[in-house]
Amino acid sequence: MKYKSLVILLFIFCAFTLSAAQEDAAPVDTVQVDSILPPAPVSMLTAKDGENDHGHSITLRWALSADDGAGQNSVLSYDVFRWVPFFMDTLQSIGDSLDAAEGAVAEQLRKRRDQAVVMIPQVHKSYPEQGEWRKIGTALSGQASFNDVGVKERESRDYMADHTDYYYRVDAVTADSTVRTASEVVGPVQSYGQLFNTGRIPVFVAVIVFGFLTIFFVVRAKMGTELYVRPLAGIEAVDDAIGRATEMGKPILYVLGLGTAADIGTIASFTILGRVAKRVAEYQTKLIVPCYDPIVMTVAQETVKAAYLDAGRPDDYYEDIVYFVTQSQFAYVAAVNGTMLRELPATNMYMGVFYAESLILAETGALAGSIQIAGTDQVAQLPFFIVACDYTLIGEELYAASAYLGREPILLGSLKAQDYAKAAVIILAALGLLAASLNWTAFINLFSVTS
Amino acid sequence: MRRQIPLALVFIFGVFMIFQYFVPHESSEWIYEFLLDWIYIIGIFALALGIWSLIRVSVAKIKARKANWGYPIITLVGLFLMILFGFTGYRDGSLGFHFMTAEGLSNPMFRNFFDYILIPIQSTMFALLAFFIASAAYRAFRARNVLASLLLVAALVVMLRFNPYLGPIGPYVADAASWLLNVPNLAAKRAIIIGIGLGMVATALKIILGIERGYMGKG
Repeated sequence: MKYKSLVILLFIFCAFTLSAAQEDAAPVDTVQVDSILPPAPVSMLTAKDGENDHGHSITLRWALSADDGAGQNSVLSYDVFRWVPFFMDTLQSIGDSLDAAEGAVAEQLRKRRDQAVVMIPQVHKSYPEQGEWRKIGTALSGQASFNDVGVKERESRDYMADHTDYYYRVDAVTADSTVRTASEVVGPVQSYGQLFNTGRIPVFVAVIVFGFLTIFFVVRAKMGTELYVRPLAGIEAVDDAIGRATEMGKPILYVLGLGTAADIGTIASFTILGRVAKRVAEYQTKLIVPCYDPIVMTVAQETVKAAYLDAGRPDDYYEDIVYFVTQSQFAYVAAVNGTMLRELPATNMYMGVFYAESLILAETGALAGSIQIAGTDQVAQLPFFIVACDYTLIGEELYAASAYLGREPILLGSLKAQDYAKAAVIILAALGLLAASLNWTAFINLFSVTS
Repeated sequence: MRRQIPLALVFIFGVFMIFQYFVPHESSEWIYEFLLDWIYIIGIFALALGIWSLIRVSVAKIKARKANWGYPIITLVGLFLMILFGFTGYRDGSLGFHFMTAEGLSNPMFRNFFDYILIPIQSTMFALLAFFIASAAYRAFRARNVLASLLLVAALVVMLRFNPYLGPIGPYVADAASWLLNVPNLAAKRAIIIGIGLGMVATALKIILGIERGYMGKG
């Protein structure tokens, strides 16, 4: 009897402990793993080539599983699978061997890899034989799309060949990753590069309209129409500054900035340098042009040489008017500052692309007592030049300066086009304000640009 | 002919670069990247011209015994020492010349010259900016007229926004500074940026169409 009572007590104790342990392990707001049922699959799965890109990408879209945010609410994520031929493993192993190989062996492996890469579209045609489904990514619950983005470099492990049949499926996955439901397979789908980026249509239209506007005003100017251009104090001061330097017998220092020959600011600066060099040659004043970039130096040398030739004084030109200093920012500043303090130029001109060195240069020039004219399209540097220089060309004035200096009608014509474009921007900005306030999304979307 | 060929090249490549922006296709990207590679190739040859220019100007100054002619000597010594250290280094325990490898960059003398001479000197030049900002700010903020006084007040508000000792008025100063930066300042900045954008397109078009030839030296 005693023994029986003890067994019953032990049984009750075990049952109570087990029940308590289950209550501890499964609080009210957690999912009990053993009770999860397979979720509903995603529906309407589509696979399309990625839009407005260079190819090598596929975009998948689907309707959420009925158990994602509703129903059993059991979907935690979506696993995206692509069917991959076993042949791709061979390609990977060639890549692994190539990483460790050198010399002739590496060259041979490279050839093998190139031959194998060409076969990728062919081997994908063997679907569903000689391959398997491999997970390529995960989308969280609530997400109904996934971009399978590969790379275009054939030598990369992530290379995704264009014009190749790809097959996809998406699994709705629950907290227990073994409890999942696969969607229907979608495919074949191929990736390819587009010939026109439709996301950039507004920019394309703007460029075309502005291009025609520029040509229209240039033609009008050629026909002899008088165009008024408001005076630019900084440019009007150039002649006075060159005259002052001539009278004082001191040089003119022209700094092209830290830009490269590919920067529009530097190109505009070349044009101004050409005009300044011509006047300098006419007045027989000394010009100093220290350069930061060797390509800029080469172009500037040609510009100054042609200007001296144009002024009828080719003999006064010597190559060391324009010289290279260094491609180190602050070493360049030190060299230019040293030139300023030793040569004491009557005029310093800073035209082009400038960064942190702008204030150091301009303040040193101010200390040296030079007249200073600056112009840059770097918005962050404009306050420094405005504070430290006598005249500053703000932004687009730098580009307009060459037209203003030359007074050639066809160059002035393009300035007129810019004015009309600015008027159009102001009108569109006002309309945009109105559209945003009144929620005219159709109008706002007309101007949206995607990368 | 000497002028027409460069103008034709500028037109062809300029038009290609415009259309390249709108064509995402791989072949368009390939040509774009190929052309960009040319910048590096041209840059390397131009660098040789640049170094030659630096040597010539420095030697001319030394020869003519111009004022401070000692500086060009230091320039040339520094230039040749760094070239020498940059192209020499240890490999397999022996010193040698390495023109096409990275050993030179790990040469201890090259590193020491770079880390303990060049970098401190560059930092010193950059540090000058702090003093120049102070002197420039003094000139800019002198309250000579109404506009300059407005500038002074705006600058004081913006500078005080991070001051922890303002007490209860601190949040109001911070709000005023944010408004100054995000409304009038940003509006002016955007106006300048729009102007720059249009100016860039206009300048690019003028260059591509051969209207603007100043970069070729036509004064």
